Amino acid sequence: MKKYTYTEKKDTRSGFGVGLHEAGQKNPNIIALTADLKGSMKMDAFANEFPDRFVQIGIAEANMIGIAAGMTIGGKIPFTGTFANFSTGRVYDQIRQSVAYSYKNVKICASHAGLTLGEDGATHQILEDIGLMKMLPGMVVINPCDYNQTKAATLAIAEYEGPVYLRFGRPSIPVFTDPDQKFEIGKAWMVNEGTDVTIIATGHMVWKAIEAGEQLAALGIDAEIINIHTIKPLDEEAILKSLKKTGCVVTCEEHNKFGGLGESVARLLTTELPSPQEFVAVNDSFGESGTPDELMTKYGLDTINIVEAAQKVIKRKK
Amino acid sequence: MKHTINELEDIVSQVRRDIVRMVHGCQSGHPGGSLGCAEFMTALYFETMHHSTDFKMDGIGEDLFFLSNGHISPVFYSVLARSGYFEVSELATFRKLNSRVQGHPTTHEGLPGIRIASGSLGQGMSVAIGAALTKKLNKDHSLVFTLHGDGELQEGQNWEAIMFAPFNKVDNLISTIDYNGQQIDGPTEKVLSLESLQAKFEAFGWHVITSSGNDMGEIVKSLEYAKSLTGKGRPILNLMSTQMGNGVDFMVGSHKWHGTAPNDEQLASALAQNKETLGDY
Repeated sequence: MKKYTYTEKKDTRSGFGVGLHEAGQKNPNIIALTADLKGSMKMDAFANEFPDRFVQIGIAEANMIGIAAGMTIGGKIPFTGTFANFSTGRVYDQIRQSVAYSYKNVKICASHAGLTLGEDGATHQILEDIGLMKMLPGMVVINPCDYNQTKAATLAIAEYEGPVYLRFGRPSIPVFTDPDQKFEIGKAWMVNEGTDVTIIATGHMVWKAIEAGEQLAALGIDAEIINIHTIKPLDEEAILKSLKKTGCVVTCEEHNKFGGLGESVARLLTTELPSPQEFVAVNDSFGESGTPDELMTKYGLDTINIVEAAQKVIKRKK
Repeated sequence: MKHTINELEDIVSQVRRDIVRMVHGCQSGHPGGSLGCAEFMTALYFETMHHSTDFKMDGIGEDLFFLSNGHISPVFYSVLARSGYFEVSELATFRKLNSRVQGHPTTHEGLPGIRIASGSLGQGMSVAIGAALTKKLNKDHSLVFTLHGDGELQEGQNWEAIMFAPFNKVDNLISTIDYNGQQIDGPTEKVLSLESLQAKFEAFGWHVITSSGNDMGEIVKSLEYAKSLTGKGRPILNLMSTQMGNGVDFMVGSHKWHGTAPNDEQLASALAQNKETLGDY
């Protein structure tokens, strides 16, 4: 097992804030919009340096999506910022008609996704957003795994022409990816090569997958770990190549098991390479209040859940 | 003026023919609201707006128009085609398979003149505000026009946009409400009363003007007046009274023609009331 270490923990949303600021310095057409969450979205640096290109919408997310769609007409590249729940479910039809169907170059940037939002509870913990967004034709869906990858993803989507959903989170988590990485949309990152089982993880679950890989190695199981940061378009080639070698897969995501990364992988495998699969995901449930760690344990998204799923799926191989 | 009022009225007569023929041709679509806005849309595209039929999505240096109540697509398509954005013969494909002239306006099939999809109501003003903000950032002094149904104002997103625009001094925006008092289920007064739209918009900080939308002379003047009010720190709201179905006697004033197609006999009657001025498609 390849060794991964970290020296500090940071929130992925701060990676977004730094990436947005840098993208804004590079390209004068980049606009930032928020619905009364400038601080939470880490947009202060951008807003302070480019006050004319920062749009405070107020608490009106539907209007924000529409304004962002309109701003593309004339060449601007709007980045909208609010929590994942208010970025997707609240404004689904606005995104569907004014952004996706109209194919506008809007970047929908969403923090506080998943359970790790913590104490605010289920009203704010959306676990359905990946599903909602990936069902929209033409929408790119990205869920980076740490501060550095989120910054790199933010810079990458600024240069991509078309609608994007960028999902990140609130808690401080290990920073373990390369600070100078080149982020390629739709390209999986091979975290660790192995032969016994493939572990595919996205977002906050990638570090847990690495921890699980270490525990499995101690048990004599050689796990291949793949980071799928881009859920759509899915890197089908990387997944199929891995499954041809390992023959089974565990998918890991901080999302409902319905509609998420796991289902995208299952759809691919069912049609191309039928293989045993286990899902480490929320089991069709809303969340609740608690600390991020408590919630990840209660809803079965811990390192141990990945280890157990890997052992189970290996036994299911013919 | 680019055209005389008589010339514009002749165009309107042809636009009305296009509308009823398109809806009749596929036995589907929305003639009532389309007919009510025929004068306004003709005035906008043939007189008021500075625009190029060599369509470019970004519309730099051009006035832009957004149709929020996308179901009155027949009048939009007719006016775009008659202006020269695409061949009028394409109107015959309205609502048919493999057409760019979809049931509701869309950018998806690449029809020149359309800059956003609309149909799901209440989204157009937000989009127009975004386009107006971009014009300001680009130091582009042209204007943004919109049209909304009155019933459409029951959608909450409008009021987010109506609150945003004056506070942010979006004064390069002229929004028009098609104030015909009708919606699918009946008169707005019975479905969900709008009460005083003028008082509502004024309370939010808009400069409100009123106009009579089925009088070509008056609507041209009203739009010129609206243009003179731009650049003064406030968005402009043109509260335009119209009659649904205007120009076709048996359709006038009734919500029953909101989304109903005429039969052969009704088509003949509607065409007899509106002379062919520019040649049918």
